[in-house]
This record gives sequence, structure tokens and C-alpha cells, in this order.
Amino acid sequence: MIGTLDHSTLQQLWWLIASVVGSLFLFLTFVQGGQTLIFTLASTEEEKTLIINAMGRKWELTFTTLVLFGGALFAAFPLFYATSFGGAYWVWMLILFTFILQAVSYEYRKKPDNVLGARTYEIFMAINGSVGLLLIGAAVGTFFTGSRFSLNLYNSVTWGTPYRGLEAALNPFNLAFGLFLVFLARILGAMYIVSHVDHAPLVKRARKATWINLLWALPFLLTILISFVTMDGFAVNPETGTVFMEKGKYLNNLLAMPVVLVLLLAGLGSVIYGVAATGFLNKNSGIWFGGIGTVLVGLAIFSLAGYNNTAFYPSLSDLQSSLTIYNASSSKYTLTTMSYVALAVPFVLAYIAYVWKLMNAKQLTLAELNGEDAKEMY
Amino acid sequence: MGDQILTTVDWARAQFALTAMYHWIFVPLTLGLSFLLAFFESIYVKTGNEEWKKLTKFWMTLFGINFAIGVATGIILEFEFGTNWSNYSWMVGDIFGAPLAIEGIFAFFIEATFFAVMFFGWQRVSKGFHLFSTWMVAVGSNLSAVWILVANGWMQFPVGMAFNPDTARFEMQNFWEVALSPVAVHKFTHTTSSAFLLASLFVVGISALFLMQERHQKMAKRSMVVAAVFGFVASLFVGLTGDEAAFSVAQRQPMKLAAMEGLYVGQEKAPIVAMGIINASKKPGDDLPAFYQEVKIPGLLSLLANRDPNSFVPGINDLVFGNAERNIIGAEQRMVTGKIALAELARYKYAKDTGNEAEAAAALAIFDQHKGDLGYGYLTSPVEAAPPVATTFYSFHIMVVLGTLFPVIFLLVLYFAYKGTLEYQRWLNLLCFFSIFLGYVAQQAGWIVAEVGRQPWAIQGLLPVGVAVTNIAASNVQTTFFIFLTLFTALLLAEIRIMMKQIKIGPEA
Repeated sequence: MIGTLDHSTLQQLWWLIASVVGSLFLFLTFVQGGQTLIFTLASTEEEKTLIINAMGRKWELTFTTLVLFGGALFAAFPLFYATSFGGAYWVWMLILFTFILQAVSYEYRKKPDNVLGARTYEIFMAINGSVGLLLIGAAVGTFFTGSRFSLNLYNSVTWGTPYRGLEAALNPFNLAFGLFLVFLARILGAMYIVSHVDHAPLVKRARKATWINLLWALPFLLTILISFVTMDGFAVNPETGTVFMEKGKYLNNLLAMPVVLVLLLAGLGSVIYGVAATGFLNKNSGIWFGGIGTVLVGLAIFSLAGYNNTAFYPSLSDLQSSLTIYNASSSKYTLTTMSYVALAVPFVLAYIAYVWKLMNAKQLTLAELNGEDAKEMY
Repeated sequence: MGDQILTTVDWARAQFALTAMYHWIFVPLTLGLSFLLAFFESIYVKTGNEEWKKLTKFWMTLFGINFAIGVATGIILEFEFGTNWSNYSWMVGDIFGAPLAIEGIFAFFIEATFFAVMFFGWQRVSKGFHLFSTWMVAVGSNLSAVWILVANGWMQFPVGMAFNPDTARFEMQNFWEVALSPVAVHKFTHTTSSAFLLASLFVVGISALFLMQERHQKMAKRSMVVAAVFGFVASLFVGLTGDEAAFSVAQRQPMKLAAMEGLYVGQEKAPIVAMGIINASKKPGDDLPAFYQEVKIPGLLSLLANRDPNSFVPGINDLVFGNAERNIIGAEQRMVTGKIALAELARYKYAKDTGNEAEAAAALAIFDQHKGDLGYGYLTSPVEAAPPVATTFYSFHIMVVLGTLFPVIFLLVLYFAYKGTLEYQRWLNLLCFFSIFLGYVAQQAGWIVAEVGRQPWAIQGLLPVGVAVTNIAASNVQTTFFIFLTLFTALLLAEIRIMMKQIKIGPEA
């Protein structure tokens, strides 16, 4: 059946697959959120260690999802990979630096003779959770605000600023996007602590942290939503492939694709319910509402950027260099092949879910941290 | 480099090499030690002997310390294809991206999911499921090696694709040709078996240290025996697959083979240089001697390259300047064809852009006749087609010499373990400990042969590194190079210190 799909259907399918992976990554940034909570939520060394160990069992899943997101974009939309990573060099490099810092910090923090000291590794984690996510948000923001680049006849990219992508973080919309992600991750991190840690004083503070961080996130969320309904966008003429500015493009996209509007509203509603359930109703299941809500919001955002004849990586310097899911994609053959490969994804999700259930069956306690396997703990 | 100014491509190469070499400090240990952990834990589950559990956990701690930094350097490598090699990413992304994505889907998630169970699941899952998880970490790690080596193999021997002039890129035509390319198969078997060898050296070496220090002797001897058996089998496999890999290089990358042996003038009954001091100032086509000193074994290179000791093996000069007598087209002539291909491609693109279909068709017809040598059109001198000979030669010979030494060490360990006198062989234990370092040297040398030996190509014969590189000012890449250098070195030092401390603490803490 996959073999009979035409190229444009495959391109849309792969935008959806990449969007699902990207949205799952956003959910899994609860790990990054948790990393920034160690300084604001934990009042003792033990509480800090509880948070780090709760997050430490999932950090690799988040990391791997980010790697897969990169791999899926490379395989399905190589022109985006080439243009954005090569062009916005510094923004991606800084994001990567923060992920290097994260990867070693869990393992090294508590180990004796770790050269830099536990506190440094904790700061590394917080940098990853704040600067790293802020820059990822700013980079995703450019899907709507555009970047200064041009492509020649051979699709080789020339970037228009010497700041190589860092300029994105100065745009108010992109900045709002980045900060929203940081606070969203903190909300999710606090929800995860509530669901997975058995330590009353910490859990009490985590419950409160969910709605406090929601309040912090609100102005940025409102900036993003107001911008979506008011800003001009980068439209593509489906007949000619010509890119042009369209008034209220993203509002038009929402109206043209009601399902996306439903995803966005349902997602935000689910996150807010998750916060209410955790913060005020004393429930432990808020993370699932927060998580599913985040995935839905992520899907809505990626859909707004890529579907309905929209350029998802627009160029401000040369509109016709803008990338669409059609001109940036792999060949029909590669997308077809990769679609067969993607059939394995449900199996992957199934074993991840099974292991997650096994490993999270019991909440994390101080007793476990100090028990027989204390040496293995982060 | 003297007073030559380093360009973007030099820094991009330096940065990629730096990341790859750091990455390859950690990865082979992960690949091999994961299996050794699975062996140790299997023995524990089978016997129920708690000492084997303690032993497993000790090596697992070292595994975890090493694993984290391997993951960190790995993500950088993936994204550096985009940041450093933007044109490459577009020109071959249609083929190259797929194995990377498959690696993520099929391998990384297995690793990430079961890694958490392996470390934190002792009290949370059953004994059987824990053992299963440890095995899955080994399987997942090694599966990831499959796909990245498929990708690397394709760069060395591009198959299953065609150039599309409209998109100005190479596009995949046959996935199975890419995935099952003989070069990819050789890369995988040689690389993973060498990783098993290194991990075995690591376990044998650290255990030997315990024996010398008269600590944890029982655990050390048990670890040594399992690792020496694994290491010995792996080293035989390394030799076998190494021979296959060299044969494959001879058939598909003859320039690399010539550089590996410092062979400038092709000959029948070509010898292997058993030992030699290479003349670094020699250039293709000049009359300088290739070696200051050399010890040769006649016919062996011909045997290795063509399975026939009397056969002809082309030298660097033949491949650069051509050899009509042997029907070898040199880089010099290929450059002429390649430049025609590039000019016709440019004419085609321009005609298409301006709507001149007739001229586009004419240009395309000529392009199609010359596109096989497209990559050579980018070279400015035929001599550029030759890689750095001295680096390739020495790396290859260091790798081979060390690869020959390791099985002997494993055999000695097994012999004295059988005799029950392992702890009294201080000289052997010292050698074992020192061999950890030698193992790492061999690993790095192997990759230098593979990667330096294929210069100037990012994709063999099709895309030189100078064209593959991102259009960016050198200062940016230079800055990130030094940031990476500082960061990786700091983290490596931290890793070594943490590991040494854990070794000092030992399994009974």
C-alpha cells in the first residue's frame, strides 16, 4: 500500500511523522524541566538527588528522541537539515553543547573524583534545561518568523548574517516561543516528580510549582497565540511553487484546517487540566494530561508551519529560497523506503511503554536511593 | 601546514576528526563491554552465585561512566553532518539520511530503554527480565553500529543511487544495495569485532592490575578468563575481516591501498612493506625514493589485493597520471571528463532556469556521458586525488602490528590461567595492563586509515570534501573546534579520573 502513495502524500506523511517525533520530544523535555527544578524545588541534598534520579531514568529517552528527530529530518527533509544546520550554525552548536553537558552530568555528578564537583554538573543540567530549550524554541520559532538565507541553483546555502542563527533569539516571537518551552518543561517536570517520587514535602512543592510555572508561561503563550492570529505568513502557490507573503496566513491555516485548531485547543486544555489536577485536585496523573496535551500542541504547531501550502522554513532574504515540505524533501523512493521502516515505530513505542510501566510501577523513594544499589544511583 | 592559512574545509575536517576520534574512544568499549556484561550476568543467573553479580555490577559501573560520554559525542557527530557539511547533507542526504534515521528507530531506543533497566532495574524487574535487558543493551549498541557503518560504507563505495541534475543531488535507487553493500558488511564485521577485542583488552588489563595489586584476585581471574576467550575469538575474526576489508579496498579504493603501502609505482608481485621509514617529502610523479628504509615481503600485497601473488597492483602514480599499458585512467584524465560534466551541468541548470528546454536537453545528453567522473571535475590538480601517504601508511602498519600482538596476549592469559599461575606472571600482567592503551591506539589507527586514506573524497570519486563543506567563515568552525577540544578533553579527564577511582574502590565497595 505504501508503494502506491504519490510523492506529495509521502511528503505530507513524513511531515506528520517528523511532527510526531518532535512533539514527543517536547513531552519528554519534562527531563529538562526537572533539571531546572533542582535549584528551585529541592530544599535538601536528598531532595535534589531524588529529582535527579527521577529524571535520570528517562534522560536518555529524551536525548534519543532528539537524535531521532534530527535523523528523521535528515532522511525526509535533507534540504532543511543542510540549510538550517549549516546556516544557523551557532544556534545549533550551542544547543548541542548543552546536550553534551547534560549527557555526562547524570553519570558523573555523584561519582567521587569527578574533577568539576557535583555543583558544576548540576549547573550543567540547569543550562541544558534553560538555555538548551530556549534555543530550541527560538529555532522552532523561525518556522514562523523566517531566517535570512538564500539558496543557489545547486541548493547551496548562504546565510545572511554573521551571527549564524543566534539572531533568532532576539526576535520577540522566537524568544516567547523559547521561554514558553522552558516553562512548559518545568510544568511537566514538576508533574513527573509528583507522579514518580514518594517524598511528601518535595511533592507538595512540586504541585505548587505546576501552577506557578503555568502563570510564568502564560504571557509567552499569549504572545504566541496572538501572533498566530495576527501575523503575516509565508504561503506557497501550489500550482507554481512560488512563495509569497499572505496576510493572516496562520489564522487562515487554523480556519482551513479545523482539526489543527481542535488539536491546539484540546492540547492547551489538557495541559491546563493536568496542572489543575496536580496543583489543586491532589492527583498524581497530571503528567499524562500534561504530556498528551503537549504532544497535541506540538502537532498543531508543526501542522501550522508545514501544511496548507505553507513554507515551513521561510527565507526573509529571498522568499523563493524558502523551504516547503515539497521542495525540501527526499525523493519518492527514499520516502517510500523510509515509510516501510516507520512501520516499526509502533513496536518501538510498545516496548518503551512496557518497560516504562515496569520501571515506574513503584515510586522512587529515599530508601531506594540509599539501598543495596546506592552505588548505581545518580 | 607551515604558513598556509587554514580554510573552512581544514577546520571542518579537524572538528569532525576531533569529534569522531573522541567518540571512538568510548564507543568500542561500549560495543564490546556490553556483551561481556551480558556474559557475566548470564553466568550469574545460571549459577545463582552472588559473586558473579558483584563482578557484573563492577564492570557495569565502568560501562556506565564510559557510556555517557560516548552518547554525548555521538549526538554531535550526527548534527555535524549538517553544521559542517551542509552541501554534503543536501547532495547525498537522500541516501545518507536513511541509515541514520533507521539507527535511531531500531537501535538507539533499544539502548536507551534497556540501559535504564540494566542500571536501575535490579530491584524493579525480575532476574530474567534484567538479564534480557542487559542483552538488549548489547544488541542495541551493536545494531546502531550496523547502520552508521552502512552509512560510512556507502561514503567509501557509493552504490544504489543516481545523480539527479534537476535537484543537483544523488538520489537513492536501491536501498538493499546500500544496506548490503559489501563494503558496509566488511566495515561492520571488522569494526565490531575490533571493538570486542578492545573491550576484552580493557577487562583483561584492569583485572591484571588487580592481580598485580593482589586485590580481588578471584574476581579478576574470572573476568580475565571470560574476556580472554572472547578477545581471542574476536581477534581471529578481526584478522579474517581485516583481510577481507583490505581485499575490498584493493578492488574499490585502489588509491587508498596504494597509500596504505606507500606504493607509488604499480607492479606485479607487489610486496608488502613489513617495516619502513617513509619519505614524507615525496610527491606523486617525482623521482624521490618512497622510503628511506624498508623491509619488504615480495608478492604479499598482490596476494592481499587480488588473491594472486603475481598480479599487478596499481601505484599512486598510475592512479594519478594514468597507465595506458595497464588500462588505468588516471585522475588527470578524469579531471578533464569531470570538468566537462560540471560545465554541462551548469549549462543545463541555467537553461532550465531560463526556460530553454532545447539547450537543457543538449547539455543533459553531454552531461550524462561524462557524469561518472563528476567529482574529479572539482579538483584543481590531479595530485589532489592522492591522500596523505605517510599518515595512511603508518596508521595501517601500527594497526596491523598491534592486531597481530593481541591474540598472542589472550592466548598467554588463557595458558597461565589454565596452569593456575596467572597471578605470578607479573610481566604478563604488566603487558595486559599496557595493552589497554595499545588497543585504543589500534582503534584510532584503523579509523585514520579508513578516513584519511580516502581523502580528498567525502563520497569516493563523486564529492570532494572541499565541495561538501558548509559555506561559512573559517573563524566560526575554528572557534567551535577549540570549544569542543576544551570540553571533550575536560570531560575525558574527568571520565578517566572517575574510572580510576572506581577501579581503586573495586567491586567490594
